[in-house]
Amino acid sequence: MFPIKESRFLSEDVKLFRVQTPRIARKRQAGQFVIVRIHEHGERIPLTIADSDVDDGTITIIVQGIGKTTRLLNELEAGDAILDVVGPLGGPSEVKDFGTVVVIGGGVGTAIAYPTAVAMKQAGNHVITIVGARDRSLLILEDEVRATSDELYLMTDDGSYGEQGFVTQKLQSLIDQGRTIDHVLAIGPIPMMQAVAEVTRPHQIPTIVSLNPIMVDGTGMCGGCRVYVGGQCKFACVDGPEFDAHQVDFTNLIQRNQMYRQREQESLEQFEQDPTHDL
Amino acid sequence: MVDKLPPKERTKIPRQTMPEQDACESAHNFREVNLGLDEAIAQRESQRCLTCADPKCTHGCPVGVQIREVVDLVREGEYLSAAAKLREDNVLPAVTGRVCPQENQCEGACVLARRFNSLAIGYIERFVADYERETGQVGLPERAPSTGKKVAIVGSGPAGLSCAGDLALKGHEVTVFEALHEIGGVLIYGIPEFRLPKEIVRQEVNNMRAMGIDFQTNVVIGKTVTIDELFAEEGYDAVFIATGAGLPKFMNIPGEELAGVYSANEFLTRVNLMKAYDRDRYDSPIYDCRDRNVAIIGGGNTAMDSVRSALRLGAKNAYIIYRRSQQEMPARGEEVHHAKDEGVQFMNLHNPLEFLGNEDGNLTGVKLIKMELGEADESGRRKPVPIEGSEFVMPIDVAVVAIGTGANPLVQSTTPDMATNKWGYIVADDETLRTNKRGVFAGGDIVSGAATVILAMGAGRTAARSMHEYLETGQW
Ligand SMILES: Cc1cc2nc3c(=O)[nH]c(=O)nc-3n(C[C@H](O)[C@H](O)[C@H](O)COP(=O)(O)OP(=O)(O)OC[C@H]3O[C@@H](n4cnc5c(N)ncnc54)[C@H](O)[C@@H]3O)c2cc1C
Ligand SMILES: Cc1cc2nc3c(=O)[nH]c(=O)nc-3n(C[C@H](O)[C@H](O)[C@H](O)COP(=O)(O)OP(=O)(O)OC[C@H]3O[C@@H](n4cnc5c(N)ncnc54)[C@H](O)[C@@H]3O)c2cc1C
Ligand code: SF4
Ligand code: SF4
Ligand code: FES
Repeated sequence: MFPIKESRFLSEDVKLFRVQTPRIARKRQAGQFVIVRIHEHGERIPLTIADSDVDDGTITIIVQGIGKTTRLLNELEAGDAILDVVGPLGGPSEVKDFGTVVVIGGGVGTAIAYPTAVAMKQAGNHVITIVGARDRSLLILEDEVRATSDELYLMTDDGSYGEQGFVTQKLQSLIDQGRTIDHVLAIGPIPMMQAVAEVTRPHQIPTIVSLNPIMVDGTGMCGGCRVYVGGQCKFACVDGPEFDAHQVDFTNLIQRNQMYRQREQESLEQFEQDPTHDL
Repeated sequence: MVDKLPPKERTKIPRQTMPEQDACESAHNFREVNLGLDEAIAQRESQRCLTCADPKCTHGCPVGVQIREVVDLVREGEYLSAAAKLREDNVLPAVTGRVCPQENQCEGACVLARRFNSLAIGYIERFVADYERETGQVGLPERAPSTGKKVAIVGSGPAGLSCAGDLALKGHEVTVFEALHEIGGVLIYGIPEFRLPKEIVRQEVNNMRAMGIDFQTNVVIGKTVTIDELFAEEGYDAVFIATGAGLPKFMNIPGEELAGVYSANEFLTRVNLMKAYDRDRYDSPIYDCRDRNVAIIGGGNTAMDSVRSALRLGAKNAYIIYRRSQQEMPARGEEVHHAKDEGVQFMNLHNPLEFLGNEDGNLTGVKLIKMELGEADESGRRKPVPIEGSEFVMPIDVAVVAIGTGANPLVQSTTPDMATNKWGYIVADDETLRTNKRGVFAGGDIVSGAATVILAMGAGRTAARSMHEYLETGQW
């Protein structure tokens, strides 16, 4: 059992947790994730480590409640505990002084990109962050991201906050302005990452995306998380989760992520009818 | 107690059969298929043993179980003593009695095998172990006084468990680290409930907990902590690496990326570890096999376990696609026989060339080519060669690739000063299971490549002996 030390909502359905996991806190690097299971009949789901504190032995995870497991998780509070937390899994982000780095976060992807933005800043980069969300209520970590960015652009689809438009429009306009961009990291919904890849491709700007295939063990044992990069089969949990955006087969990733759609819907509906069923 | 019969009378008794669930029924549930012997059958079977002066059976067993003595005790009705005798050499008898490939080991070597049917050693072993467990009288051996030495075991499969048990008895402080959330390795995530009830594994693990062994789940060595950190930061004096051969192999043919194509590891992990078959109570999904056509590629135990699981998940047709013939199949005879009884369709001498899918990326079929057997290869098996022009497409909705596994590199890649061979397996001395790195031992599938439960257990015991020696003498 891994005790929850602190929990708070960042937006309506995005919640931050600080969880006691001393070994993981000591080891983790930006870009790595954990796999959690919250009850005996539960599934194993991957979540990025947003931050860690070696002194008090905690890691921070930020969870968007989109299906049964994440909703159930978001009902937990400080004082509760998570049954299983394993990690840190996956390879760390490649962090060095690239020059000017653009970090793009879409939705909860902002939480996933945040630790790498911090590391990029510490490595001496000029960090430009573009954060996108559907509307103002879904924007998270604004203060944290602002503190670690040299430039910050907030984009909402409906213009309810920041500028109206998509993150790719902002990226395109930076490129059009003739800004030198040495490295792009984009994390968010798959269509967003795919769109970013298409913006940077003609300019040959090295672009990294963090992929979110369905995982089970997270140790390279099952092959369920396989993604196709440059025509080659890779296991995202050990070979990734970050890959060269220009090489990724996004269509296949979307299709494989649909595999259990119907079952996930059923679970969510059951859960909404009887939220206490598993607790 | 039953009197001993003269040898001639003994050989007249037919080999007893294992009561089992009716195949029509077993094909639809995950309960154990083999039901176990009752006392009367066990007694009758034990009568068949010739009590050989030089028991060949023991030579056939990789850990040298004293079968003659065990069988004698069963005949005398001394089941608990029989269990204790068994435990002298075999720490997981309820498991091996169920899953050992006996026909190639103890039973294959039994003198009765030549003229009659071999003694049903596996059945007797299982009977004794179940008796002990069900009557709740497991005789846990005495622990030696504490030595103050700390040992880390990496991986909780049969190799890790047997090593942990032996070292704890010697008085060492033992911690087992496991990457998954449950202890048992392949016994938990791979071999299905209908062949090895998980409760048995859990009870064995609880016995070990009672012996004072510390089990830590959710620790991936190489990620959460490295081997070097176990020594330097956590104060361990020796480490045994028993991480198994868990890396799934794919065929690298077109279409393997389609939704509906699984590795056997993933398919079985979802079914066994995550209990996907109990869909009302457990959250991990599995591709809906109900009324679908499911094909398993391969001919080993893993393939049989996958195909029989698919049937139980409601498959309309469950196929084995194997590129050699029945004769070359590596699976245990009993599993093949059960699979056939339950209605699995065997397509031997067929090889997949390509998986086919629809525009949504879902699997719809497999293109196969017929094979014939040619010359014998290095392994002595006749090599399958494709028959030109024999390609055809078979409609399937789910495919499970069960063509073998390799070495997972997580530990090796973070322990660069430990030698591995060209396939990534750890190099360890045959006799001592020492690696080239001081204080580090390795055994089981991660050294031998995918093998058997009993060989892994044997390796665990060998490692325990040589680790004990190292811990006592400090000499490397
Ligand atoms: C490396 C990685 C890091 C991630 N980091 C975060 C994070 O920091 N915060 C966050 O909110 N989300 C993160 N996710 C996504 C998160 O794992 C999914 O949202 C979660 O698994 C959904 O589970 P559910 O039961 O709530 O929803 P479901 O209704 O079961 O699923 C909704 C969708 O989530 C995905 N999903 C479902 N099960 C899994 C699984 N076992 N593994 C991966 N994806 C799955 C599928 O695309 C599915 O369609 C990450 C995913 C990956 C692969
Ligand atoms: C489906 C299937 C059916 C089989 N059927 C039979 C049969 O009928 N009879 C038979 O004799 N044999 C059978 N086998 C083979 C047998 O199960 C194996 O040979 C045996 O389990 C190997 O034991 P092991 O202890 O070496 O490794 P494993 O049982 O593979 O255990 C290794 C453990 O180490 C853990 N691990 C791996 N990496 C790490 C890490 N970095 N940190 C922490 N933990 C880690 C794994 O999660 C796993 O739990 C079967 C195998 C499979 C897959
Ligand atoms: S451990 Fe296996 S090989 Fe040895 S006697 Fe028992 S069943 Fe036979
Ligand atoms: S070889 Fe067969 S008959 Fe002889 S002791 Fe062993 S089991 Fe009995
Ligand atoms: S999640 Fe199983 S191999 Fe990646």
